[in-house]
Amino acid sequence: MTRDRTSFSFEQRFGISAAIVVALACVSWSLPIAAKYPLSWKWPLDQLLTMWLKFLVAQISFITRGIAHILQMPLDFAIGLLAKGFEIPLGSETVTIPPLSWAGVCATFVWIGYRVGGTRLALLQAACSAYIVLFWQWHAAMLTLASVLVCVPVAVACGLLIGVFAYSRPKLNQWVLTPGLDIMQTVPAFAYLIPTLLLFGFGPVAAMIATVIFATPPMARVTTLALNQTPMEIRELGKMVGCTERQTIWRILLPSSLPSLLVGLNQTVMMTLNMVIVASMIGAGGLGFDVLRALRQLDIDRGFESGVAIVLLAVMLDRQGVALANAAKPGAASSKTLAAMFGVPLAFLIVATLLGTQFDWLREFPKALRLSTGATLNDAVSWININYFDAIEAFRIFVLTHFMTPIKVALTSAPWLFVSGVVTVFAYFVGGARMAFLSAFVFAFCLVTGLWDKAMITIYLCLSATVISVVIGIPIAVLAARFDPLYRATTVAIEVLQTLPSFVYLIPVVMLFRVGDFAALLAIVAFAITPIIKFTMTALRTVPADLVEAGKSMGCSGAQMDFFIRFPVALPSILLGINQALLFALAMVVITALVGTRDLGQEVYIALTAANPGRGLVAGLCLALLGILIDRLFQAGVARLQHRKSSQSFVHGELAAA
Amino acid sequence: MAAPQPSAFPRSRITDHLMVSEMKKDLRNTSENSVKLSCLNIWKLYGPHPDRLTGKEQLLAASRDPHTFTALRDVSLNVRRGEIFVVMGLSGSGKSTLLRCLTRLVEPTFGEVLLDGVNMMSLSAKDLMEIRRHKMAMVFQNFALLPHLTVAENIGLPLRIRGESGGKIESTVSELTALVGLSGMSKRLPHQLSGGQQQRVGLARALTGDPEFLLLDEPFSALDPLIRRELQGELIRLQSRLHKTMIFVTHDFNEAVRIGDRIVIMKDGKVVQSGTPEEIVAEPADDYVGSFVAGVDRTRVITCGRIAAPATAHSYSFTVDAQSKVADVAEAIASAKGAVGVLDGGALKGEIDAGAVLRMVSAVRLAGFNV
Repeated sequence: MTRDRTSFSFEQRFGISAAIVVALACVSWSLPIAAKYPLSWKWPLDQLLTMWLKFLVAQISFITRGIAHILQMPLDFAIGLLAKGFEIPLGSETVTIPPLSWAGVCATFVWIGYRVGGTRLALLQAACSAYIVLFWQWHAAMLTLASVLVCVPVAVACGLLIGVFAYSRPKLNQWVLTPGLDIMQTVPAFAYLIPTLLLFGFGPVAAMIATVIFATPPMARVTTLALNQTPMEIRELGKMVGCTERQTIWRILLPSSLPSLLVGLNQTVMMTLNMVIVASMIGAGGLGFDVLRALRQLDIDRGFESGVAIVLLAVMLDRQGVALANAAKPGAASSKTLAAMFGVPLAFLIVATLLGTQFDWLREFPKALRLSTGATLNDAVSWININYFDAIEAFRIFVLTHFMTPIKVALTSAPWLFVSGVVTVFAYFVGGARMAFLSAFVFAFCLVTGLWDKAMITIYLCLSATVISVVIGIPIAVLAARFDPLYRATTVAIEVLQTLPSFVYLIPVVMLFRVGDFAALLAIVAFAITPIIKFTMTALRTVPADLVEAGKSMGCSGAQMDFFIRFPVALPSILLGINQALLFALAMVVITALVGTRDLGQEVYIALTAANPGRGLVAGLCLALLGILIDRLFQAGVARLQHRKSSQSFVHGELAAA
Repeated sequence: MAAPQPSAFPRSRITDHLMVSEMKKDLRNTSENSVKLSCLNIWKLYGPHPDRLTGKEQLLAASRDPHTFTALRDVSLNVRRGEIFVVMGLSGSGKSTLLRCLTRLVEPTFGEVLLDGVNMMSLSAKDLMEIRRHKMAMVFQNFALLPHLTVAENIGLPLRIRGESGGKIESTVSELTALVGLSGMSKRLPHQLSGGQQQRVGLARALTGDPEFLLLDEPFSALDPLIRRELQGELIRLQSRLHKTMIFVTHDFNEAVRIGDRIVIMKDGKVVQSGTPEEIVAEPADDYVGSFVAGVDRTRVITCGRIAAPATAHSYSFTVDAQSKVADVAEAIASAKGAVGVLDGGALKGEIDAGAVLRMVSAVRLAGFNV
């Protein structure tokens, strides 16, 4: 139907587009203004924003600081409970209440793990806790956990409310909320750390608010999706028993989609952990701060120890969450088992903490038993660098000169008019006028804010990392889909990799390849490859059995089976995986600013260190817009491909009928 | 009443079908034939046009738009108090849309729905909610049980939504659980039940609010044939006690004939034929209806009265009731020597012999509806 509205045929459109591209090329390379955007044309949006923000802060900071004060209380409580203990002044002396004993907290993890996931989960929790305790990460891990525990309920509540609101107002959702959530998720957290700092003051609360902003969108999306996916009949049931709108949502729809909501909760926990790590830079403390400090001091061993602790904490929370979500499927737990689940650990905590007042080893893990990697890794890395420096360096330089630099030069030196024009024409080609408008708007924004060069570097890093991820990821996925042992191993690896906060990826690459674009590229590839492998592998494995049987009965060979049956069926999921990889890459590009890339992430990071809120926000918005453009363009392209396919087959069908 | 003679029907051989027809007969006698629900000239169009159209010209113009899909075309029907009114049609015939228009789950583009004389179309959202809470209930094809609630909680849901007190809910629920034969299962969750049991919960839930009017949207279509048959019997048993007004949507003509007091057959959003099962089976309006009728065991639908020939004697040693289905008295006719008399309300109406029965059976083929 959409095709009927456009007056041009496919061939005409193609011709017009080609003509425009040629014209653009001629203009771009003959007009100097079209090649390099004049600095004097820059619109000082960042300065304006800074001014507005400062004005806003001056007006409402007493409110926001008040809020900060209120939020500080649960946070202080959680930190006191888990990490620092409480000091209560009573007259002349102070009574000190110690934090929960490490033994009690570990026992709680193991017990809940056992209740919801059996012996295997209990063992996993025990092993992870043991590492954190033995390697002296306990205090930092509990600081991080305290932030997570306070942020998650807030993010979940906000997410639920926004999700329900979006469900009940579909128009508003389409035009305001979805783009809003997109921006919340794609604007790098660094960018709104500064305004948050200004409004809420330096410290854990600002970090907490930034975390909530970051972790809310997935919960909101899952909620809306879950509500929309409840069977039509259930919604009709709500109406037919005479529910009010509110009753329908809160008593019928939300409870019946509990399993999906719990998946959302788990995602929120993981996002929160991810963000808490990043936000530790603005004073939340915890594991992230330790890693950052170690990175700055190039203390590889300390960085590695803390990094592993982050990974293990993430794995603990994730496995626990997944097991909980599975356990909450209808009929798995009754109120009695719930009492056992929470009553017993409570007893553990209280007893262990009380005993801790008598026995020091229960209050704090004995120093004598602590482990450390010492300087082993430092030495190992030095050894590698001394013995294999040439090989590594040769590889690095090869990739840089033959792959990365050419793309970089091509993108950054190409005239802006040409680049933006070509992409906009392409956008019109795949998505019509609306997509073209979006594309033009995004490029115009990059230009007038003077961020063109950095935007191009961002795109270059993002695209080249995605290309490499596809080249490496798809063969791995194909092999993994074919061979069962490899499939199981890959599944576990992907699950672990996905739980890692993006920050962690920087540690090994910096150890081996020092700072710079190459190290950044590797970190981005490592981060972005997971969705590609996961989506491709799953899609290939879940091709419907009857299709596979149909292929077999036709006598397909293994390769024919892949070519005629598995790939065509799996293609939409594979493309979705690539789309995800693009967005993952963009998110990671921002983080790689920490290892010295010169992209938009760096701009944000500079703004953060210079406490310049406008500059950071503009660069952040720029990144978000690029992300949205890439995402929409990709989706439109895929839809276009499939539409053409289906309309062709439709035409064939009609001809056959005639 | 001169029912088929007891000697010809030992108690043990009475089929459930016989009980069914007996019950239906009772019902016909007891129901006052007043109209419970009527819908007048319902149209439903999907496409680029206003939500509600007011004139015939507008309707015709809109339905000619190539982007418009006409789901219902000028449907009018009357549902009488206490009857099971079956809407039968293939998928896409508009039967489910019709059901939803009657409850305003889908807003009709044109037409009126009168429930007990009240125009449903003019109700405010609040009044509509009240009517749904107290007067009507729906049973769904895929049961629509809430996965997180137990059987008892699912059944009690309409009362909880209404805001009734706990004690009342508890007593109603235990009564209904027993009524649909699920005693002892009230603590189970839906996924622990078989399909048939789940739909029993669905039925019980629909009865919870004691509505006068039940809407059943292909309630048994998702079930195995044997379970489907069992639940059809169950529904008829319930109806013989409860005397609700029901609209029953199905795509299974045999089910329609078995359950329905009256049937409408729909095709492409229009009513093709309406009448009692016997009227439709005996005189299908067109080939479309005929193709359904061809698959039906006519002896279980056609009554003796309909195939009776004029009486040739003044008294018969065997008599059958004019309302009896042929299948129910076939054995009596076969074992009688010659013709048996047909009595209608005690008066002699005519006679039947084995030949008349066989002719009726073979008419299936003679009429050319053998598909």
